[in-house]
Amino acid sequence: MSNNNGTLLEVKNLRTYFETEDGTVKAVDGVSFALQRGETLGIVGESGSGKSVTNLSIIRLVPNPPGRIAGGEIVFAGQDLLQLTEEEVRQIRGRRISMIFQDPMTSLNPFMKISRQLMEMTRLHLGHNKAQAYEHAVKMLEMVGIPDARARVEDYPHEFSGGMRQRVMIAMALSCEPELLIADEPTTALDVTIQAQILELIKKLKQRTGTSVILITHDLGVVAGMTDHVVVMYAGKVFERAPTRELFALPGNPYTRGLLRSVPDPTAEQGKLYQIPGLPPDVAHLKPGCPFAPRCDRVAEICRQEFPPFVQLNAEHYSLCHFAAEVYRESQKESSTSL
Amino acid sequence: MLRFIIRRLLITIPTIFVVITLTWGLIRLAPGNFYTAERSIPKAIRENIKEKYGLNKPWYVQYGKAMWPIVRHLDFGNSLKYQGQPVSNIIARSLPVSATIGLLAYLLALILGITFGSIAALKQNSAWDYASMAVAMLGISIPNFVVGPLLVMVFSLSLYWLPPARWGGFWSKSLILPVLTLSGLYMAYIARLTRAGMLEVLRSDYIRTARSKGLRERDVVIRHALRAGLMPVVSFTGPALAFLLTGTVVVERIFALPGLGNYFIQASLNRDEPLIIGIVAFIAITLLLMNLLVDIAYAYLDPRIRY
Repeated sequence: MSNNNGTLLEVKNLRTYFETEDGTVKAVDGVSFALQRGETLGIVGESGSGKSVTNLSIIRLVPNPPGRIAGGEIVFAGQDLLQLTEEEVRQIRGRRISMIFQDPMTSLNPFMKISRQLMEMTRLHLGHNKAQAYEHAVKMLEMVGIPDARARVEDYPHEFSGGMRQRVMIAMALSCEPELLIADEPTTALDVTIQAQILELIKKLKQRTGTSVILITHDLGVVAGMTDHVVVMYAGKVFERAPTRELFALPGNPYTRGLLRSVPDPTAEQGKLYQIPGLPPDVAHLKPGCPFAPRCDRVAEICRQEFPPFVQLNAEHYSLCHFAAEVYRESQKESSTSL
Repeated sequence: MLRFIIRRLLITIPTIFVVITLTWGLIRLAPGNFYTAERSIPKAIRENIKEKYGLNKPWYVQYGKAMWPIVRHLDFGNSLKYQGQPVSNIIARSLPVSATIGLLAYLLALILGITFGSIAALKQNSAWDYASMAVAMLGISIPNFVVGPLLVMVFSLSLYWLPPARWGGFWSKSLILPVLTLSGLYMAYIARLTRAGMLEVLRSDYIRTARSKGLRERDVVIRHALRAGLMPVVSFTGPALAFLLTGTVVVERIFALPGLGNYFIQASLNRDEPLIIGIVAFIAITLLLMNLLVDIAYAYLDPRIRY
């Protein structure tokens, strides 16, 4: 699927902090990853792992105050977005990078007709006049599979179902043919059959337009079917980064292994579903050492004292763990015995 | 929508009669009446008065006598104090005074309140925010019988810029001080409501969407946030406008204005029953109509609301 014609986005050592009364919350702390043109990157993690903040940072929409981007680089098509003026970033938002959010029920303006919300995009970025923008809006709604688009464009968001609203969001996000689409848990608020339709739609439109996609989710099943590379985040840090196949077959991090074990397996015998014990840590009060140590099934003394290294396991596979190499070898052994 | 309006207007009619009945009853419950004089009068004269005004009849006869002309012709009768003057004439004469002051105060409060409230919300926790909210707090906590005399002291008695009191016509300098005094409280409320409403909206998901589209912050606020942010203001200003238009007792008293509020006070002190009932009914009708207007405005502003 990947046709590597260069890097579109490179996030380097991104740090986004929130100042709260409880102290500085390091929501994103030293995150790095890269996205090739035409690729889909999955970012996986539990709630509060920093995946959404990472992506809000990319289009510089972290609410400030209390949030601020404390450091790092976000190189998009050769320029560091963190160096641009607000005005310059504005011209990238919606035009070259656009976003779809989790809850389609609240992400569209309830007071505005769909037509106006769609036309706003192309009038602003593509210089459409009213008639052109209107035609474009109808065309986009047809493209995302809204039946009777020409009539529905005059409706308000509350007249659409959840799945249809998410289609409208996708139509809006793609209306200026952006180079990058960031989908932040686009299916979490939808029921399962609609989820599949929306993911299928994103996949189809991605192939048609060549847009690169960042897909944020906590659902490993979604990642498996959709992405080329996966970044696993925990406590504001990248715990593991690998091509999707490799990550699923040979996880090199105890946290990833835990996540993979907690996916329900319909072929398995009846039994208890595995879950990682404990809760995600409070990122305002991180102790020294590995943030996952209190929940890790192979924790050792060193994990509680020293922050783990980011170990390179092969060309494209990295893992943040003192025992990355061992975990990786175990995964290799398991996969060879299960074959 | 039309059916909703008609239904609401129909409900207004019994409501008004309940209000009138309660007012009538409360006047009766209080000891004394219009004919009670300070010095005692001979028994024969007292009996004569009772006979003439039907005060010796059972209460339901008196109630019927009071209500019948209102039900029949919307006729509230003549004032007892201002002999020979129909209540409707008194209202028609004093309402324009109250309404002029009230409407100007309302517009001033709306414009400045929304402006300061929006600035405070957009620059949350800045000096602008703290300054506007501090002034708003003062506006709410200082009663207008303090604000009015203070303004008079400064602008009339020290600077000699403006007249201290009395009605000088519909477009005169005498309007300035009463309007300022009256609008202060409402301006403060509207500023606080606007700030709270805007802050809530600015945090909402669809504002984040609007920003992610690359819109200018100005367009995000004006096109996407303002309408939802001002909904609380709309529900507040309906009844507020009703009270402002029908006169405010304190301000009209301070500035000696011949408005509805002033007549209302006089009527209460004089136990002028027809005038009291007439003014109460008029205020109640205005209030009910304003509430209906708010509901209509809501349906117009928010497409999700259907009646």
